[in-house]
Amino acid sequence: MEKFGFTLLKARFIDYDANDRSIAEFIYSKEPSFRVCIECGCCAATCTTGKYTRFSLRELNILMKRGENSLVRNKIRECMLCGKCTLVCPRGVNTRNVIALAREAYRKEQDNAV
Amino acid sequence: MQFDPFIIPFNIGLYFIVIYAVVRSVMWFRDLSRQDKLRLQRGFFGRSFGRSIREIFMESLIHRKILKADLRLGYMHMSLAFGWFLLILFGTLEADIFGSSHLNPPYKSIFFKFFNPDHGRTGLEAAWSFWMDLILAFILSGLILAVIKRLTPKVVGMKKTTKLRPLDRVALTSLWLIFPSRLLAESFTSGAYGTGSFLTGSLGSWLASFLPANEMAYPFWWLYSLSLGTFFVLLPLTRYMHIPTELFLIFARNSGIRTGDKAGAFTEMQAYSCSSCGLCIDACQLNFSAGITNIQSAYLMKGIRNRESVTDITFNCLMCGRCDQKCPVGIELTPVRMIQRRSGEPVPPEKGIIRKYFPGKPEYRTDTTTARPSYNFLPSPAAGQAEVLYFAGCMTHLAPSIRNSMVKILDASGVRYKFIDEDGGVCCGRPLMLAGQDKEARELINYNSQLIRRSGAKKLVTSCPICYKIFRESYYLDIEVVHHSQYIKYLIEEGLIRLSFLRKRVVYHTPCDLGRGSGVYEEPKKVLKHVAQLLKTEFEDENSLCCGGSLGNMKISQRQKQSIASDAAAALTKDDPDILATSCPLCKKTLAAATTTKVSDIAELVAEAIVLPGIPGIKSGRLAQKKEPVSL
Repeated sequence: MEKFGFTLLKARFIDYDANDRSIAEFIYSKEPSFRVCIECGCCAATCTTGKYTRFSLRELNILMKRGENSLVRNKIRECMLCGKCTLVCPRGVNTRNVIALAREAYRKEQDNAV
Repeated sequence: MQFDPFIIPFNIGLYFIVIYAVVRSVMWFRDLSRQDKLRLQRGFFGRSFGRSIREIFMESLIHRKILKADLRLGYMHMSLAFGWFLLILFGTLEADIFGSSHLNPPYKSIFFKFFNPDHGRTGLEAAWSFWMDLILAFILSGLILAVIKRLTPKVVGMKKTTKLRPLDRVALTSLWLIFPSRLLAESFTSGAYGTGSFLTGSLGSWLASFLPANEMAYPFWWLYSLSLGTFFVLLPLTRYMHIPTELFLIFARNSGIRTGDKAGAFTEMQAYSCSSCGLCIDACQLNFSAGITNIQSAYLMKGIRNRESVTDITFNCLMCGRCDQKCPVGIELTPVRMIQRRSGEPVPPEKGIIRKYFPGKPEYRTDTTTARPSYNFLPSPAAGQAEVLYFAGCMTHLAPSIRNSMVKILDASGVRYKFIDEDGGVCCGRPLMLAGQDKEARELINYNSQLIRRSGAKKLVTSCPICYKIFRESYYLDIEVVHHSQYIKYLIEEGLIRLSFLRKRVVYHTPCDLGRGSGVYEEPKKVLKHVAQLLKTEFEDENSLCCGGSLGNMKISQRQKQSIASDAAAALTKDDPDILATSCPLCKKTLAAATTTKVSDIAELVAEAIVLPGIPGIKSGRLAQKKEPVSL
């Protein structure tokens, strides 16, 4: 049979009890504007890194807030911190600091410091 | 041998501080790099030595820069420093000329009046006493200003004064006690013996009229000696350490030692040279536009001195460099801050009194991240051959009108150029550097360097001052880097583009990274004068404001940025110009959101004024080939 790339989705749910939201909490505490993000995706649309590879801050934000850190941990290092996302953000989220804090948090997590 | 037990505290303090200063200088000298050691050795001879002596006199004693900034504040600093110097100088001479012997130990001249209470009766002696009283009055007038400044900073023309630590307060109190206690001690002695000049003499005779002057004098001599001793012993632990350190710093700087990009003895010396005068607090836009008053450079220097964690302070700064310009000691504040950003959180030092007097080199937590590169997804750099490269930069891509204007100008000039990030390119690396992530920044620098090197170009034009600064400072390229304002000036002067005059009144806002950051002040203004009428503002050149959008600050909120931007825009558009011109895409975007005046980049104005060669009506170049958007 010809494969069109469509399949049945596996059952999927977000297990907030199992997920580790400490990273997101760390960012909330240091950069409160992270809370007001509406995941509109303007940041991903303008992203310098996004031109070269699959990189969406919107996606990473959602994942961090859910506490699904495995993808974010390495992906967040690809950001160039150029600051375009901060300029286009309609909610005034200080995205550069969010990313810098996330990197710091993942680094500290490695050292078991968070 | 004249001796009295009350001189002991003073002597302990004095010999302690002299020995301490020598030991500390030797330690700093030892920590300098080899080249810097040679530089410093050479700096003690020849012309730079003379320069240093002159600077020490003008800045450490007269405080010329503070006087220039504010007359009252300068007078306060000058009266204390220069006055005290004069008091010591003439006191020593007095003891030498009128004392029982020559070449006296220091206490003889400091407590001259105690040991020679009869001094000051005859002609020359009386004149000398008058002069000494005058110097003391000069110091006391400054002291009164200092006390008032602590209570209400506005009196000496300052909006804010630095907050002090408890130990600073003790040292400050002992410093403040020195001169009044000298005044009273000398007055009582003069009163008892009927000597003294207009100040000590008249105060003394008045006090002696209702008090037992002879008995009262002795406790005050003790107080005088004790306050001197306390001040000297506490000096290394407080901000007053700037007094000996600044001398060393001036020699080091005049012999050509600079901050560079690594922490070291020179950074340490600069931190100790900060007197916490607070001029940087007044200059800081975060203070007067956003109400943040605890992150200014004086506090950063204090944090470095005390080995505190300064992470929150270092990253909450626009890196605009206004404080660098205002600092009367000439500390390279922004480079020091950059070093702190890079080095990360310090390891808390060991406690203990010896550690406080001799803090070792600051230790930083070593980075445990793997050496794995972050940007290995980038394609291999490829660029066509060209004489001139145009690098718009990330921010310019967010302000496409600047990019299009530059394309129009370059096309019209007929220069063979290559637009290397036409469809968006890799970031220049400065934003990462400002965030203290040097290793990542180096990766991007390497990538862009390869791209530029492969093109074989001779000149790189960039539209963004942020990129311009890092291309010049941190890229090791054999290529001339120019900002577009400089390049446009070159094109105009070579006659490659012809401009018409726009009948508009324009003010120019100097971007921080282009002006104070890279020293490009004149070119943009010259370009503007070709196309419009340039008005002057209150904030020109070194004194220019930051738009508030700076990538340097990682911490402030959008609202605080906006308030800085609107304050800056309001100050710049005071004379109601037609256009607020700038030469930075980030400034343009930030200011445009904060004012109703039209904000334009220099390139846009030039592109508007450009007279295209050839047959009118036929547009040449890439801009004409661009497809119009399809309307649905």
